[in-house]
Parts: sequence; structure tokens; C-alpha cells
Amino acid sequence: MQIVGLKLWQKCGLWLFILLFCTVTITLAAPLRHAISPTNIFAPDSTPAHSIYRLSIFLLEVTGAIFVIVFSLLAYAVIKFRKRKHDDDSEPPQVYGSNQMELAWTVLPVLIVVVLFVSTAQVIHRVQDAKAPDRAVSVTAVAHQFWWEYRYSQFGLVTANELHVPVSDSKNPTPTYLALLSADVDHTFWVPRLAGKTDLIPNHPNTMWIDPQETGLFLGQCGQYCGTQHAKMLLRVYVQSREDFDRWVREQQQPANSDPSVAAGQALFVTKACFACHTIRGTIAAGKVGPDLTHLMSRDTIASGALPNTPENLRQWVHNPNAIKPGSLMPVPDLSDQELGQVTAYLLTLH
Amino acid sequence: MAIPKSSRGVVSEWLFTADHKKIGLMYIVYSLLFLVIMGIEAILMRIQLAHPHASFMSPQAFNRLFTLHGTTGVFFVAMPILFGFGNYLVPLMIGARDMAFPRLNAFSFWMTAFGGFVLYASFFAGGSFLQGGSAPDVGWFAYAPLTSTTYSPGHSTDYWTLSILLAGVGSVGGAVNFIATILCMRCPGMTLGRMPLLAWMNLVMGGLVLVTISPLTAAQIMLMVDRYMSGHFFDTAAGGSVVMWMHFFWIFGHPEVYVLIIPCFAFVSEIVPVFSRKAMFGYPAMVAASVGIGFVSLGVWAHHMYTVGMPSYGNAFFVLTTMIVGVPTGIKIFNWLATMWGGKIRFATPMLFCTGFLFQFLIAGLTGIMLATAPFDWQLSNSYFVVAHFHYVIVGGILFTIFAAFYYWFPKMTGRMLNETLGKWHFWIMVIGFHLTFDFMHIPGLLGMPRRVYTYEPGRGWETWNLLSSIGVVFQAAAVLIFVYNMIQSYFKGAPAGNDPWDAWTLEWATTSPPPDYNFAAIPEVRSRRPLWDIKHPEDPDWKYE
Repeated sequence: MQIVGLKLWQKCGLWLFILLFCTVTITLAAPLRHAISPTNIFAPDSTPAHSIYRLSIFLLEVTGAIFVIVFSLLAYAVIKFRKRKHDDDSEPPQVYGSNQMELAWTVLPVLIVVVLFVSTAQVIHRVQDAKAPDRAVSVTAVAHQFWWEYRYSQFGLVTANELHVPVSDSKNPTPTYLALLSADVDHTFWVPRLAGKTDLIPNHPNTMWIDPQETGLFLGQCGQYCGTQHAKMLLRVYVQSREDFDRWVREQQQPANSDPSVAAGQALFVTKACFACHTIRGTIAAGKVGPDLTHLMSRDTIASGALPNTPENLRQWVHNPNAIKPGSLMPVPDLSDQELGQVTAYLLTLH
Repeated sequence: MAIPKSSRGVVSEWLFTADHKKIGLMYIVYSLLFLVIMGIEAILMRIQLAHPHASFMSPQAFNRLFTLHGTTGVFFVAMPILFGFGNYLVPLMIGARDMAFPRLNAFSFWMTAFGGFVLYASFFAGGSFLQGGSAPDVGWFAYAPLTSTTYSPGHSTDYWTLSILLAGVGSVGGAVNFIATILCMRCPGMTLGRMPLLAWMNLVMGGLVLVTISPLTAAQIMLMVDRYMSGHFFDTAAGGSVVMWMHFFWIFGHPEVYVLIIPCFAFVSEIVPVFSRKAMFGYPAMVAASVGIGFVSLGVWAHHMYTVGMPSYGNAFFVLTTMIVGVPTGIKIFNWLATMWGGKIRFATPMLFCTGFLFQFLIAGLTGIMLATAPFDWQLSNSYFVVAHFHYVIVGGILFTIFAAFYYWFPKMTGRMLNETLGKWHFWIMVIGFHLTFDFMHIPGLLGMPRRVYTYEPGRGWETWNLLSSIGVVFQAAAVLIFVYNMIQSYFKGAPAGNDPWDAWTLEWATTSPPPDYNFAAIPEVRSRRPLWDIKHPEDPDWKYE
């Protein structure tokens, strides 16, 4: 059985090598096309993500070189030293080892490790030990099952699920420092184009920083399994020009609209216990368990990024959160169709 | 066994056996059963993930599936199957008649077996069966406080804890047995320096199990205390620390990877020389590298925790230790390569799987270096890149070498050869399926897809890669079916193997296939690392050079 169709397997082997090379190339090359994904780690737009990106390219070069060399040696050995049909059954010369070679393939990898370690340690230091400048914006992010709370204590405002930060260009560097807390279980803040991950752990405060270089919307999502709806705990970071950001802050600082035409809905918000979990500043609703709804309609999405914030979606969500996000901790409110309409109408005025 | 064989039924013969070969086979069959179960779980998950926003299953069901898939794979497939091969092979290869403690051996197997049954009993323990019962849904590393009674009411987490505690007792018993057997039961002339590499690597594995199961067991007991005796180990509201769970879990969890891969290195170190027709290149270096990996792997655990907010010097320390593991691992790859160099390689199925392993393990090692780099890991941690990486290790490394071990030692265990044609179909279809699934799985990770999500958003460039991964599973399932069919068919109708079908050199091939209860009629005496080579080549024996 030891000489079964070597020719055929040799061909198959060659095909395997070609296939392997192709897939590895695709694997490495595909993400390097920046536009392929809005969450591509190879399209950095903030210093921590940039530092990681540069290090990762260096690592890909080093490991890629090792891959090509060792892969070729293995492939050569497999092809060159295969038993051929005309070979006799004699045993090849027995070689038991070589101290010189063992030394060589011990020392060379050690040197590579030293180089990789030194370059890695520099990036760790640069990202982790950066001191916050005075002009930095600080935000406290509190992770909940399964949504994000953002507290801007320096501006006296609280919002949810959509983080707004100012752009930080070279003339006017304004990094944002995030204090990371958790209200329940472990979560991870991960917006790949802005920075690597940092965990939000109960009773274990963490910090991270970003300094986005361009305005725009940056996406991400929770990176640590945190329960049933971990998958729909999405992150949205809005990077705005300094003027836009300041305007947004002023708007968010206002108390909620009070529109007499939706008084019925506002009353239901209290009588149906919505207020026990949600805050609407300027009203008696001051719950801390769910997202702050003071300026709900200034947000593009609801349910932590799971749905566009349209009147119909909002109505569906209030009607039965579990139908949209099974396992969501928001209870199903006991509302008739008419009451549902009234509550939704009230929420729609919270600009 | 005092009872004469003829008076015992087949069931009680296996149920009450203390024979290392029977226990080994029970471990192996038990693991194959769970391999099929975890494979089915994987298929179900890949169906759900083939398209974004799929509704094939509920998030609760998905979360239970990945928890059971991971827990089963580590504790009830990989560990017992490797313990099974170790049990079967170690006494034979060191010329002993059994393990040092046969009854402890049987006890260890049954503890592990009950562990698996307890885990799956959770399916039937509450709720409706099709909703997944109350099976655990906390993930295989079960980070606190998700496991507290607040976030995991009911008993699912208790089943998980109990199953791991039971399996842990079994593993420790097995490890003690391996160490005692290998240190005390070697046949005359077999010094430590002449012992087959398989014995050396099982010795290292046993040592690692002894050291690392303890923190895991301690953590599980702390969790039990928290859940049932109002303990506060992981109760953050009372000042407990959930990061402590991570440390306890990963100081087990990372060496566990080496507990699994080192016995696989052992298979490769036995199979590659025989099929290359050359002595193992650099035997002392291989021993040193194995022992070195064993020690260094105890100091790398927090590379699973780069994102929890360790200080920068802490992160840097674990970068260094983790990268150092790459050095002895590289030494091994180069020694296998040097063994093949200048040989006459016969590509029978065992060697094919070992060759696949060498290429795939190379890639797994290199992605491991990327993940060892803390800043790169800040991006890749808990992403699909990690999932792809560790499946490269566990499937591309461990499972491939286990298949190699099956094709190599099945003849010894049953007296019949596995069918080579089916073996080659198995290999090539497995290669295609493996690479389809796990090569492309790296990409969504690089594009920001986290693991453990029951569904994902469209428009992030993840769809194609996930679909390809799901298609690959079809091939892998087909390959495993061919393998199972081959085993059943060959068991009854395979070509007779004879004592030594591969013209090999270690002691297990010196006895009949399958070996008698007492293994060897007379305890052999050896003078070199390849006793059968010495017999077959009296003109040029190994002992002249050692």
C-alpha cells in the first residue's frame, strides 16, 4: 500500500500548494482594500488604530517571509524526497541530528522574537501610556445589556448608543478619552477604524482614547460575549467638526420638548411605568436602567443601532421589543393600540 | 481480573475492565461520539451564519450551541481522544503490560464519561427540548459575572460546572497514571533518553494537566460557592473581581492548548520518521523543545486578556513569553522537516494527514504570533480571526494528526487495515473543506466581525466569507462520514494487518495485532530508541550511534 498512485497524489499535492498559496494571498490581500468594509482594521483613521496598523503590516511582512521560506522548504521536501516507483526498498541513509543546525534554528527565531518584541513594546507604550492633553474631551461610556450609555459630565449631558466626538486634526488635536464602565457583565468597546478593543468590566474601570482625523460615521460593535443579544449591541461613533460638535452639545443640553398636543402620550409614559427605566430631562421621568430618551429623535437608530429610527420602527419597538431583539431587557409594555399610538407620538416629539 | 473471561458478558467485560487497551478504546469511541455531536452543532451554527440577519434559530439556541460546541470539543472530544491513544499506546511503546494504576485508569475514564453525559443532560433538564432545554449559554470560558445567579438563573451553568469538575477529576487521574507509568514501568534498557518521543510528550502532557486542572477546578468551586453559598468571589457589587475568573480560567485555558497539541506532536514524531524511512532528526532537541514548551506555556495565559486593561508592562511581559513559545515550536517543525529531508517518503494516509498538519500548523503558528502581539490583538481579540486561528490549531493541527493516528494505529488496535482509497478521499475532501471554512474565516475577523454573534449586519463585507465558510462545512462533514464508514467497514472486512504493517520501529509493532491482554509474552529488552530497527538491521543497529 505504500506505493499507491504516487503520480496522482503528486498532482493533487501541487494543486493543494497552489490552492493554499491563493487562499492565503486572498486572505491577506482582501482586507487591504480599504473600501471593502466600514469596519476594516486596515483602514485606520485615528492614532491608536494607525499605530496598530503599522505594527500589523510589519508583522505581516515578517510572518509572510517566514511562511514563504518554511512553506517552500516543506513543499520541496515533500516533492523531492517522495518515494518513487523505481526506488528499491533499501532504506535511505540514517541521520540522527546535527547540533549546528539545531543551534541555527534556535538562534534565528530568538533574534526574530527580539525584533518583534521591541517593536511591539513601543506600540504598547505609545498607545497605552499616552497622557490626556488638557483640551481632550472626556466621555464616560457605560455598557449595559445590550446598549451603550454615554455621559459627558463636562457638558452635563447624557445620551445613548450614538457617541459624538469632535474631529482631531493636526492643527487642532482634540483627542477623546473614554472612561469605560459596565453596569452588569463584561463588554468590549470596539470601533476598528478608531482603536483596538478595551473591555468594560464591572468594578474594574478602564480607559481608552481616540483622535479621529476625519469627520463621518464610524461603526463597530460589542466585542465580548455579554448575553443573549450580544450580536445586536452595535456601536456608532459620529465624528463631527468642532462647530458641529459644539452645536450638538448645546442641543443635547436642552431639556426635552414639551408639546401639549402629545400630553396623552406623555401621561402614559408615567402611568405605564416607562419612566421607571428611562430619563426624559425636564419631566419627572428619571429612570437609570434604560437609555436616556431626552433627545431620542436626534438619533439615527434605535435598539442600540439595530433599527433605523423611523416612526414605524419606533412603534414596533415599543409594541414588542422582543420581536426585534429577542432577549432584550425592555419589558413589553401593556398598551392598547390607541395608547401605543399616543406614546409613539409623544416620543416622536423628543427632538 | 479474577473472573475467568468466558463467564463474563461482553457488556460487563467492557464496563468493569481495567485493561489499558480496552479503556483506551472506550475513550476513543466515546470521543468519536461527541465529535459527531459537536460537528452537528457546528453545522447548525454555520447554517445560521451563512447569511446576514438569518432566522434559522433563536439567539438563545445559538448561544447554547456555541457554548456546548466549545466545551464538548475541549473536554469531551480532544482530551479524551488523546488520553485514549495515550492509554492504548504508552504501555505498549515502553514495553509494559499495563498502566501503573489500572483501576485508577478505569475510574478516570468513567469520571470523564459522566462529565460529558452531565453536560448533555442539561438539554433535557428544563424548558422544551427544541428550544435547547436549559443547556448552558455562557460560552466555553464562561466569563463572570455572566455565570452568576443574576444573569444565569436556573441550573444550566451548574450542569456546565459539574461536568467540568467531573472531567477534571478524570483528567488528573489519567495524568497521574501517565506520569507514573512512564517514569516507573519502562522495560529493561529503556532509559529516559531511549524512550519513544510519544512517551516523552505524554509525560509533558501529564505534567501540564496536573498543574493546570487545579486552577480550573478551584475556579469552578468558587463559582459554586458564589452561586449556592452566597460567596462573593466574582460578585462585583460586594467587591469581588471578575478579572480573577479570567486569570484562573486562562492559566488553565492556555496550557490546555498544549495539553492537546503536545500528544499530537507525539503522533507526528512517530509517524513522520516511519514514513520517511529515517530516524527522528534531533531527538534530544525534540525532547528539550517539548519540555520547554511545557514550562513556558505556563507563563503566557494573560495573552487572552490584552483587552482587560492590564498595565502596559504587564501586556509587554505576556507578549514576550508568548513569542518565546514560538521558538521551541519552530524547533519541532524544523526537526520534522529535517527528518523528511533525504528520506524516501511513502505517502500512505497517515503521512498525508501529517503532511497536511505540517503546512497548516505552520500557518496556525504564524497567526498565533500575530495574536501574541498585544496591539494587533487589541483589534483581533474575540474576532473571527481568533476563531479561524484556533480552529487552524484544533482542526488543522490536532484533528488532522488524530486522523493520522487512526490510520496508523487502527491496524494495531483491530488487526485490520483501514481502506487506503477511502483514506485518501477522506484526506483530500477534508483538506478542501478545512481550507474553505477556516482560511476564509480569517477575513471577516480582519473586517471587524466579532465572534459569538448569532447574526450579523449586512454591508460590512462579511457575507461572502461567511457563506464560503459555511459551504466548507459540507465538505468536512462528508469527509468525516467517509472516515466513519471506513472504520466500520474496515473493522469487519479490512485487509489483515499482521504485526507490523508499516515496517515501523517501536515496540507496539513487536506484538500481535491486536495485542494480547498481557501485551508481550516476554518483556522486551531494548538497546536503542528504535528497538525494531536494531532487529531488522543487525548489520547497522542504532545503538552504535547513541
